[in-house]
Amino acid sequence: MAIRVINPGALTTVQDIGRTGYQALGMPCSGVMDTRAYQAANDLIGNKPGEAVLEFTLFGGIYQIEDDAILALTGADMTPLLDGTVCPMNRPFPVKKGQTLMLGTALSGCRSYLAVSGGIDVPILLGSRSTNLKCAIGGLEGRALRAGDLLPTGISSIIYSDVADRSSPSRVYPEDLTVRVIGGPQEDLFTEQGLETFYTSTYTVTQESDRMGCRLAGAAIDSKHGTDIVSDAIVFGSIQVTPAGQPIILLADRQTTGGYAKIATVCTADLPALAQMRPGYTVRFQRIAVEEAQRLL
Amino acid sequence: MNPITENVRIVPAGDHALAAEFGNKIDPAVNNRVHALAARIQEASITGVTELVPTFCSLLIIYEPSILKYEELKSMIMQLVQLPEASVSGTGRVLNIPCCYGSHFGPDLPDLERYTGIDRDEIITIHSGAEYKVYMLGFLPGFVYLGGLDERIAMPRLSTPRVKIPKGAVGIGGNQTGVYPLESPGGWRLIGSTPLDFYNPNRDDPVLCRAGDIIHFYPVTSSDYYDIRRMQTHGDWTLEL
Repeated sequence: MAIRVINPGALTTVQDIGRTGYQALGMPCSGVMDTRAYQAANDLIGNKPGEAVLEFTLFGGIYQIEDDAILALTGADMTPLLDGTVCPMNRPFPVKKGQTLMLGTALSGCRSYLAVSGGIDVPILLGSRSTNLKCAIGGLEGRALRAGDLLPTGISSIIYSDVADRSSPSRVYPEDLTVRVIGGPQEDLFTEQGLETFYTSTYTVTQESDRMGCRLAGAAIDSKHGTDIVSDAIVFGSIQVTPAGQPIILLADRQTTGGYAKIATVCTADLPALAQMRPGYTVRFQRIAVEEAQRLL
Repeated sequence: MNPITENVRIVPAGDHALAAEFGNKIDPAVNNRVHALAARIQEASITGVTELVPTFCSLLIIYEPSILKYEELKSMIMQLVQLPEASVSGTGRVLNIPCCYGSHFGPDLPDLERYTGIDRDEIITIHSGAEYKVYMLGFLPGFVYLGGLDERIAMPRLSTPRVKIPKGAVGIGGNQTGVYPLESPGGWRLIGSTPLDFYNPNRDDPVLCRAGDIIHFYPVTSSDYYDIRRMQTHGDWTLEL
C-alpha cells in the first residue's frame, strides 16, 4: 500500500496531531497546523483519529496511487483532479491503482490535508509521525516530500460503501480574520497604550511566516521596559512581541520556549482559521476571558 | 524549608495551559522552586494534567479543559504550592565545552565590544572563566539555558531575530548565554561556535546536556575547531568531564 510523489508541491509534509510529552527536553510538538481539517479528513474515511496525513501548503502537487484506497481532502480547496476529472473536497472518494491525483493552488486559505485509508505509515518517533523540518526528525526522513518518494500507507478494513455518505463542511478562509485571544501570560509588561494598539490595529501576515510562526507587521506595540523576559514555555497560539513591537504567533513547529513577552494567547477554537492565513492576509485581535474560551471548545 | 507561596503568580497561558510564575529572574533558588512544584504535581497525578514544562522561573502546566477548568486547576496548584519545599540537587556533571570565539564563528563579538566597552580578549576571558548551570532545556531539542553569565558581558537580544543561525553558535541574549544545537532562527548575539553536537538525532542519546549539569567553555583556535569536528564525526572525540 503506497502513494508515489510525482511533484511534491510547494511544501508537503507528513503530519499527525503532534509529538506531545517531550517539551521539557526541548523537543517541539510539530503536527498539523489546522487540527479541525485534519480530524475531519481522518473521520471522513473511517481512519483512527491519530493517523498521519499529508499537509499541503499553497500548492499541492501530483501523486500517483499505487494501490486501491479511499481518500479524503479537507482544508483549503486546491481544485483536486483525479485522472483529469474533478474530485470532491470534504467527501471520501475511492481511488484505483495507477490513478493520478493532481492538486493546484489554494483558492482561499493556505493548507490542505489528504487522508488515505490506513494512514501514512512512516516510522513513529517519540510517539508521533509528524515531521519537524528544523530538527530534521519524523515524517519521511525528517524532510519535506520530494519527487520520487514512495509513501507507505497502512492497512484498513473500511470499504467505500461504509463511508460514502460522509461529508464535512466546506470552508472559505477570510482574508481579514478576527481571532479571539486570552490576555497574558505577560500582558502586564505592556503599557495601556500598547494594549490598546494591539487590540485596535490590523496586522498583516508577512512572507517570513511558516509552520513555526505567523510573523505579523503593523503598528508597534508599546511595552513598559522592553519585551525581553527570562525565557519560559510557549504553547500553540502564544503571541510574542519582539523588541521592535511586532507580534509573532507561535504555531505547530514552534520552539518549546522563548524569550519575548507574550501579550496574549489565541483561543484553541480560532487556531484552525489562523492556520489558514497566508502572507498578505490581515488579522485583528479580540480579547475574551479564559472561561469563555473554554466554553467555545 | 521555606514554603514557596511567596511571590507566586498563576496566570492563564491560553485555554489549555496555565503558568505558575515565581518572578522574572535567573536565580538558583527560584529555579529550585519551579522544579519542586513540578515534582509535587507529578506526585499528585492530577487527572487532566497532561504535560509539565519547567523553565527558569516558571512552570507551564498543560491540561485538558474538557476534564479540568481553569479556576479548578488554579486552586489545586495553589494548594500544592503551599507545601514546604524540598531541596533539589544537580547532576554533579561538569562538561568542558570547546568554543572558537570571534571572526565568522562569532560575528557579533565586535558589537558586544562596543556595547560593553570591554575588548575581545577580556570578553573571552570572562565568558570562558565562568561556570554555568543548566537550569532548563527548551526552545529546540538540546538547547541549554545557562545561569551564571557575568553581568559585564550581558547585552539585549537583537531587535529583529535572525532567520538562520548555524548549528553550534554560542550566543548571549540578555543576561543568558547558550548554544544553538541546530540551525534555526534566533535573536541572540553570536560570540563564538562550538564544534560539539549539542543535539544529534542519529546518536543513541540525541541530547548532550541535562538540566542540573555544570558547563565550562574553553577557547580553541579555528584549526582546533575543525579537528574536533572531524574527530567527533569519526567517533574519536571524548567529551571532557
